[in-house]
Amino acid sequence: MDQMINVTIDGVQVEVPAGSTVLEAARKANVNIPTLCYLKDINETANCRLCVVDCGGRTLQAACVLPVTPNMVVKTNTPAVREARKTNLELILSNHDRKCLTCARSQNCELQKLCLDMGVEDGARFDGAKTEHTIDLSSPSIIRDNDKCIVCRRCVGACANVQKIGVIGAVKRGFKTSIESPWDKGLGEMACINCGQCITACPVGALTERDETKPVWDALADSTKHVVVQPAPAVRAALGEEFGMPIGTGVTGKMAAALRRLGFDKVFDTDFGADLTIMEEGTELIDRIQNGGVLPMITSCSPGWIKFCEHYYPEFIPNLSTCKSPHQMTGALIKSYYAEKAGIDPKDIVTVSVMPCTAKKFEAKRPEMSHNGLMDVDHVITTRELAKMIKAAGIDFNALPDEDFDKLMGESTGAAVIFGATGGVMEAALRTAYELLTGSELASLDLHDVRGMEGIKEATVKVGDLDVNVAVCSSTGKAAELLDAIKAGEKNYHFIEVMGCPGGCVNGGGQPIVSSTVRNWTDIRVARAKALYDEDAAKTLRKSHENPEIKAIYEEYLGKPNGHKSHELLHTTYEKRDLYID
Amino acid sequence: MSDRNEMFEKLAKVIQDHKEQKGALMPVLQEAQNIFGCVSEDVQKVIAEGLGVTLSEVYGVATFYSQFSLQPKGEYVCGVCLGTACYVKGSQAVLDKLCEELEIQPGDTTKDGKFTVQATRCLGACGLAPVMMINDDVFGRLTPAEIPSILEKYKAM
Repeated sequence: MDQMINVTIDGVQVEVPAGSTVLEAARKANVNIPTLCYLKDINETANCRLCVVDCGGRTLQAACVLPVTPNMVVKTNTPAVREARKTNLELILSNHDRKCLTCARSQNCELQKLCLDMGVEDGARFDGAKTEHTIDLSSPSIIRDNDKCIVCRRCVGACANVQKIGVIGAVKRGFKTSIESPWDKGLGEMACINCGQCITACPVGALTERDETKPVWDALADSTKHVVVQPAPAVRAALGEEFGMPIGTGVTGKMAAALRRLGFDKVFDTDFGADLTIMEEGTELIDRIQNGGVLPMITSCSPGWIKFCEHYYPEFIPNLSTCKSPHQMTGALIKSYYAEKAGIDPKDIVTVSVMPCTAKKFEAKRPEMSHNGLMDVDHVITTRELAKMIKAAGIDFNALPDEDFDKLMGESTGAAVIFGATGGVMEAALRTAYELLTGSELASLDLHDVRGMEGIKEATVKVGDLDVNVAVCSSTGKAAELLDAIKAGEKNYHFIEVMGCPGGCVNGGGQPIVSSTVRNWTDIRVARAKALYDEDAAKTLRKSHENPEIKAIYEEYLGKPNGHKSHELLHTTYEKRDLYID
Repeated sequence: MSDRNEMFEKLAKVIQDHKEQKGALMPVLQEAQNIFGCVSEDVQKVIAEGLGVTLSEVYGVATFYSQFSLQPKGEYVCGVCLGTACYVKGSQAVLDKLCEELEIQPGDTTKDGKFTVQATRCLGACGLAPVMMINDDVFGRLTPAEIPSILEKYKAM
């Protein structure tokens, strides 16, 4: 048990574990100290100075990083403290492009809220010279507008500390300091993996996804186009947040209804593609194990992870499953299997994927993600972009009835829906692989060893005579750790699931942005993942190979998993990428 | 070219010597600047790889401290003092004239690699204000009108 320490916050005595910060102790005393640059576990640099408090010393101190000491007396609400915070906020504001009306983060901006809360009356009090920047449009996924950047470094923490990539950093000093890539390069010219963890870390509107709603609206308005949509598993666990629902509310049925009302001609489900991925990837794994293929096999659903591997660990490319990611599989089949069935020329079909992910925007544009000269997926929009479309269309999301996906590629099992959380792909794969190899069902379909938010999880599953060693990791930082251990010969696995974002797709870079005032105290990943596991538990069918539409597509179209047609449509290749792109 | 290869060999040794040391980036950057005269992109990449840090980190440190130069400096480095005494005696006009004559901004180097212009802090020769140094030569009590003839001398050298 941790040693407990008594501290007094604004006259209220609280007891907190040694090592707690003043910020944490204050919360226990029901005092919310304002923060801006602080994002728990991601950025703890204390540079915005909005959380300053009076601890009786000569100067005010930053509560976010100041550890409590026994019998400390802290005042968080004195005139000097309020004045200092307000001045610091106004100084930040003096070099901020205040185009709030049209900003993507309006009403979800931490700076805006702090100004309201602290009663900043005139943002122009310190207006003078401003640093000038050009908007970085070089990335297919992420746009950086440094005129809005407040140099809090939360994006740098996400990129360098969590993801262990560090393609952005603080450049120059003093007033000229800005967050950017070295040597005036754009993100698109760096070994950026497009994961978008910087976007969800940003408190303001300096980082946004590259908006693709316009071409989607255009396609929907074009009567000559047949527009088919598919949402990823994790979208349904978070979309509700954009409409005021509590974090962790599953909105599968309402989402399907909203997509139909937006005018999509067919509403299919990436969950179908997830079940299909299990068939293909599971078969590939069995083949690699039985026929001396390259092991460990590593999952390939996460395009952020794939690009990370190509740039930073190209020696592991042979370990990557050749399976396309679920939405790419579904996209390829919409323009082949569905087109054939419906008697529509694939050239007239526009495929739209709704993803919790900004890296999917890059993935969909990879030239190999095409068939007969047609891209598998034409447009990728994020969960946030879908929410914007629903709002723009005036759809009362909360009042929508629950609807089903369209038949042919709309059916899915519980195994598919958990793809959105770290460990989900592994669990789904094991449910099927175990049964295909042994002919009997796993003792329990709930594989708790691979669930949860730890960065690296391991398990050994006895499949027949074989002990299958598996590992699950999320965030590329953790993936790097695991790959280094494998390279050093310390670890040995058959199968590894990697998701590029911490916690998996539920915490993807395209998901609704949650304020640090929530993220610092609750793990939003756990709540969102729970929505997926609950949906899995409630399903009658929980194993991918039991999906009737999956059975049908193999019988009628694909033949067998990893067969000729599968390889043509559902599998892909990778390329070594340089660390520096000139 | 072989000169440059030699320089990179020296850099490799510097990196090797500091590799295990905490906070190795600063001393390595300093020595790299001594070897190459500046810390250009290719040099920074070698340092990043050698020390196992990101290029962003190297570039961040190199642009934070003013003693690091990203571009090669010219054969003649012209530093005009903008310290208090020189400034009130009109050194800004001297600097402006220098930039005008060489057609570059402070901090930059002429295309022919001959001159670099810098605005410096106090050079410790306040009695001679306004002061400019070209390499180790000191010019005091300057007026902008004297700049062209001074530059001519160095252009001819």
